[in-house]
Amino acid sequence: MTTRFEPVVGRYMSLDLSGRRHRLYVEEAGEGTPLLCLHTAGADTRQYRALMNDDRITRRHRVIAFDMPWHGKSSPPAGWHDEEYQLTSAQYTSMILEVMAALELDRPILIGCSIGGRIALHLALEHSDRFRAIIGLQAGAHVDPYYDLNFLHRPDVHGGEICAAIVSGLVGPDAPEDGRWETLWHYMQGGPGVFKGDLYFYKIDGDIRGRVSRIDTSRCPLFLLSGEYDYSCTPEETLAVARSIPGCDVTIMKGLGHFPMSENPQVFLDYLLPVLDKISAMARG
Amino acid sequence: MMIEALMARVNSDEALVRRGRFLTTTFLLEIGSAAWLISIFEGRVASVTPGPFVMPSSSFALRASEEEWKKFLSPRPPPGSNDLMALIKRRALNAEGDLWVFMANLRYFKEALAKLRPTGTKA
Repeated sequence: MTTRFEPVVGRYMSLDLSGRRHRLYVEEAGEGTPLLCLHTAGADTRQYRALMNDDRITRRHRVIAFDMPWHGKSSPPAGWHDEEYQLTSAQYTSMILEVMAALELDRPILIGCSIGGRIALHLALEHSDRFRAIIGLQAGAHVDPYYDLNFLHRPDVHGGEICAAIVSGLVGPDAPEDGRWETLWHYMQGGPGVFKGDLYFYKIDGDIRGRVSRIDTSRCPLFLLSGEYDYSCTPEETLAVARSIPGCDVTIMKGLGHFPMSENPQVFLDYLLPVLDKISAMARG
Repeated sequence: MMIEALMARVNSDEALVRRGRFLTTTFLLEIGSAAWLISIFEGRVASVTPGPFVMPSSSFALRASEEEWKKFLSPRPPPGSNDLMALIKRRALNAEGDLWVFMANLRYFKEALAKLRPTGTKA
């Protein structure tokens, strides 16, 4: 087997977020229109590896992803050891805008999945002028807790095992084994309480049901793509959001689950590429 | 329903038994009006005892309707029926008792019960 290097390049950057110093891991590949990718709760940038390795994407886009603080190779801020991590809408929003400023991204296309899809709706509402287009994967306005979240972070339950086991059924039935298990491995590697802290945003603080219909797609085009087998953000919930927003473009992806870009990237790319083509045509038009 | 098939199917999966080696418990499975007590010893299914029971003792119980269980066990379950947590979210599966045992070994229970699907179906 010959050695092959991927075109993905990673580096670290130090910056202030919500008044505290952070060290974040950022990776990117390709050139062209910036495409900023947001990973799901309790995971990291590796979810977007397939996008960064697909020439159909990277020949026209600079694909960028960063590990959120506490995730992947980004450290939690100093003092973390005495804190309970809880992600809020305000922190999440400012984090994304600060990272964009630090990387000097001019009106990127934003793509976010799950919590990333939810914050994409917040950004479409509050900061539409900062984005060329917004793509929400598995984006719903709200999810009620459906299990006791305390099981995700307690010393008598293995955090990595429980996080992966909680989400394993969210992977669609057609996912190839390598995509399914790599997606779950990311969950197994999360720090203690991090997935739970992200779900504070997803299930409590980030509820946008009352405001989502005010998104103005004439200011920033909005595309929603959701997997048929996602029972966390169901197709019905995505369709309800789409129906409430005039001009929102929505697609339900057959056989896919909650992690389309990492569980089954080749099938997902068949859905994503036409969306990127539409965004490109809008820019030209 | 053939819940009894669980013993042979779980015990012949070495990797599943290995992952369950710290699990010893008895849980109650109720599908419609039928019930089974399933005993697990160090990852192996030691017994599957069909009801009815007068005073079943178990660490926790899982209860679903026959219709929901049939969908869960179909070769390609429809969305919302493909996973125990999907059923729980829809309130189609009720889990009660000491759920620490269930949650601490969630992957094991998901994979063990999915073995009741027709042979060759993915967990």
